[in-house]
Amino acid sequence: MRIAVCIKQVPDTETKVRIAADGRSLDETGVTFVVSPYDEIAVEEGLRIKEKRGGEVVAFSVGDERVSTSLRTVLALGADRAVHLKDPAFENSDALGLSRILAAALKPEAFDLILFGKQAVGTDRGQLGPRVAELLDLPHVGVVVRLALEGDRFTAHREVEGAQEVMEGGLPVVLTAQKGLNEPRYASLKGILAAKKKEIKVLTIAELGLNPSMVGSAGARTRWEKLELPPARTAGKILKGMDPGEAARELVRLLREEAKVI
Amino acid sequence: MAQDVLVFVESRGGQIKRPSLEALSEGRRVAAALGSHLVALLAGSGTETKVSQLFPLGPDRILLADDDLLGLYQPEAYASLLAEAVRRIQSGTVLLSATSLGRDLGPRAAAKLDAGLAADCTHVEVTNGELVVKRPVYSGKALATVRFSGSPVFVTLRPNVFPLRSSEETSPEIERLELNFDPARARVRAVRVEESVGAEQDVSEASIVVSGGRAMKGPENFALIRDLAQALGGAMGASRAAVDAGWIDHQYQVGQTGKVVSPNLYIACGISGAIQHLAGMSSSKVIVAINKDPEAPVFKLADYGIVGDLYEILPKLTEEVRKLKGQS
Repeated sequence: MRIAVCIKQVPDTETKVRIAADGRSLDETGVTFVVSPYDEIAVEEGLRIKEKRGGEVVAFSVGDERVSTSLRTVLALGADRAVHLKDPAFENSDALGLSRILAAALKPEAFDLILFGKQAVGTDRGQLGPRVAELLDLPHVGVVVRLALEGDRFTAHREVEGAQEVMEGGLPVVLTAQKGLNEPRYASLKGILAAKKKEIKVLTIAELGLNPSMVGSAGARTRWEKLELPPARTAGKILKGMDPGEAARELVRLLREEAKVI
Repeated sequence: MAQDVLVFVESRGGQIKRPSLEALSEGRRVAAALGSHLVALLAGSGTETKVSQLFPLGPDRILLADDDLLGLYQPEAYASLLAEAVRRIQSGTVLLSATSLGRDLGPRAAAKLDAGLAADCTHVEVTNGELVVKRPVYSGKALATVRFSGSPVFVTLRPNVFPLRSSEETSPEIERLELNFDPARARVRAVRVEESVGAEQDVSEASIVVSGGRAMKGPENFALIRDLAQALGGAMGASRAAVDAGWIDHQYQVGQTGKVVSPNLYIACGISGAIQHLAGMSSSKVIVAINKDPEAPVFKLADYGIVGDLYEILPKLTEEVRKLKGQS
């Protein structure tokens, strides 16, 4: 099995968001960057399949130098090698541009399975799996919570509102991972040491054969014009020191008569 | 005249989904602002008899795709249908509800057309003839204003945010759209749907959500949450602490690595209010917190709160709600 896992480096979920001076991006001062949590699930799934069936797990990521630490993390977890798609022309790519970059890098390797997290925590777009599948002319299943492989066939359970859709198909396929698919492992000391010797190959725009007008700011069809904090909520009426029955009655009255939501 | 606004209308089991009606209603407003026509694409199996449900929302034209192959979600068939509809009417703006289907279909169809997409938007404006949207990012800790270039543009709209406005009832032109997709070419097929939570509503679709956190202490106590949710006609949710402890399945999780919700009423029980949880629910219209600890961060953004023991308060609250609704 030849397995690719596409990961994104994102601000840790504990990050307190501050707006940068340009008014349209995150102030990265003091922010810790991590592998996006759903991508960790994708990595884990790739590793488990490789452990069962043999083959290779290759990690891909688009971004500047900082991203190499996240690729190193994935190598420490057990990926065999990594490909870092790094070029100044890639900066400010939107989902369309990122999907073009990833598709160009994935295409020549002809993977059996391409895994993504269901969305990156932060930009919360959830577009890359379906977009890359379309560009590579591959089928996809999004938001997968259960996966069974048999030979070159698979059955995937996809989470939808209050139900799961059971999807069947054949490899190659693009899948996006949702929480519940597995419990990601932690890197072992041995893994961390081994990762230092593994290859991170850097590919630039020229090596991918992409036109600069297709990616980065030039190729973007969407752009963030402004980033702002949501309107602050202020504390309302807090009922303290009341008998539980009395407090419950008063709350129901407020929700009915004042807030008019029940 | 500007290019038409196309709204994708989703059905499940032959029933039109309410979030799609919200998208159609917003589409009416956007089309009026752009000075263009509103076209609905109604897709599914057995949808023909449901088409009149769209009339009160004012579409000028309806494309009807009624095919057995569309009975269950097939990503490639659906994407090919939507892209075909966009080309047919030369749509400049494509709206979908950000349901699990919309969030999967939108990007695949957009990729077919080299189009940009803004996901899970909560505001849509037309300024100088151009679409400008806002979407929560960092799980609602910030709000990004997004502008587009190129045409068409795709926008998915967060369910439960956009109101259903009746329009002047129209008698739209109805046209069949054949699915030009060979089933033999479908490389992935949906074979069945397993209802995972029985008759319960999903937390992302409900207009009232009651969630339990660490103070629930174990799976058995979620019955208190479920009782109140049922009395209110709402859905049950949970914090990450409760999910990670294994007391309840992750599909109930609200927050940054769970679902982001914006119900009319959100009741947080025994949830202190970690930033990850607040991110997932802070766009709710009314927030209620019930917690023993008066210093719990959740009280800082609650519209109403009770400081006290949830084991005493929840049964009383359920009783009061049942009384109010004449359920007891």
